[in-house]
Amino acid sequence: MSIRYSLLAILDAGPRHGYALKSEFEAATGNIWPLNVGQVYSTLSRLERDGLVLVAEDDDGQKTYRISDAGRQELRQWFGTPVVREVVPRQELAIKLVFAMRARPEQTRDVVQHQLVATMRSLQEFTRLKATAEGDGDLAWLMMLDGLIFQAEAEARWLELCEARLTRARLRPGPDPKDPKTSEAADAVRDAEHDVERAL
Amino acid sequence: MPVLSMQRVGRRYGSPPRQVVALDDVSLTVQSGEMLAVMGPSGSGKSTLLQLAGGLARPTSGHVVLAGSELGTLKEADLSLILRRQVGFVFQDVNLLAALTAAENVSLPLELDGMRPRSAMAAARALLCSLGLGEVADRLPAQLSGGQQQRVAVARAVVGGRSLLLADEPTGALDSLSGEAVMQLLRARSDRGCAVVVVTHDVRHAAWADRVLYLRDGRLIDEARPLAGPESLLWEEV
Repeated sequence: MSIRYSLLAILDAGPRHGYALKSEFEAATGNIWPLNVGQVYSTLSRLERDGLVLVAEDDDGQKTYRISDAGRQELRQWFGTPVVREVVPRQELAIKLVFAMRARPEQTRDVVQHQLVATMRSLQEFTRLKATAEGDGDLAWLMMLDGLIFQAEAEARWLELCEARLTRARLRPGPDPKDPKTSEAADAVRDAEHDVERAL
Repeated sequence: MPVLSMQRVGRRYGSPPRQVVALDDVSLTVQSGEMLAVMGPSGSGKSTLLQLAGGLARPTSGHVVLAGSELGTLKEADLSLILRRQVGFVFQDVNLLAALTAAENVSLPLELDGMRPRSAMAAARALLCSLGLGEVADRLPAQLSGGQQQRVAVARAVVGGRSLLLADEPTGALDSLSGEAVMQLLRARSDRGCAVVVVTHDVRHAAWADRVLYLRDGRLIDEARPLAGPESLLWEEV
């Protein structure tokens, strides 16, 4: 779990109290992932149990945590090992689309559109943060934001492709050649096909 | 006061039953200092919207009000004047004049508007410098990269303190980083008070805007704007 290694990485720079670890983790990740203080202490006690951190208690009973040699070894190993991507991550959005197509196919375009707006909103927020971060010169934070922006972009592009596919599927059932709108319908199918190609 | 206001604007071509509705009952306003992105599938009416906003085409219904004047009520000469003074366009194809340097391209709209050539050139140079393009002021378009050319085109579009900048796929022909630089430039002009409307297919570029409008089949169907404050980013605890 990444929180375990994040705490080790912070302790690698020097001993800390438990609460300082929480604050430093949050500051380093732009307050995007708030940490539950209880979780910090339970992680620390597991790290202590495994011999990865050492604890010293002062006269007031306040504990200071320090990384052990085994902890440094563990941290080196973490940095040296690629993160394993789940083969097919269980993604709520993908599952929602699958079942929207089954239960309410005619409303799936709306599901896609609502999600697109929500995803765009995140993208707008990340982009604003990035504009500020560029000025601050905090490279680690900037790279993290780049990652979040690319993830949101990937989702938005996927949703646009879904919309283009749904539009093409809706327009496809054979236009009537006698219908004066036929050439328009053919244009619309071509447009939708163009959108699918572009999104791909 | 909004720089641009479109009220129930429609644009139809032909007559029934073979009528094509390019834009249907679209209302929007853009304030000074606001940046708007317009997205939607091909044929959804994005470019038509931009043409109507900039007075390049007239609506078949509704009103377009630009800097306090309703375009439909203006005489041709007054319309030309207000468009020349208030609206700048940027297109995907840069179309800078090949025989003129960057500074000459930027000074041209000022000269056409009656400014003395020397003053126009000074204003053009000052603007290019403020946009970080001072070094390329004396180069011909062919001597510039695609991204630099497009940034010069943005300078030409905003020179003279125009209040509305309309951009149709301004990053469409650029690589990712050059496109980003153009969007940053548009954002900076907007932050300095210009109203900006950008049509784009690129979600990452649209995200520079304050509001993202979605068009489908000629109608505005949705809008994205960021929620206030960083707390909206807090999805879940680790």
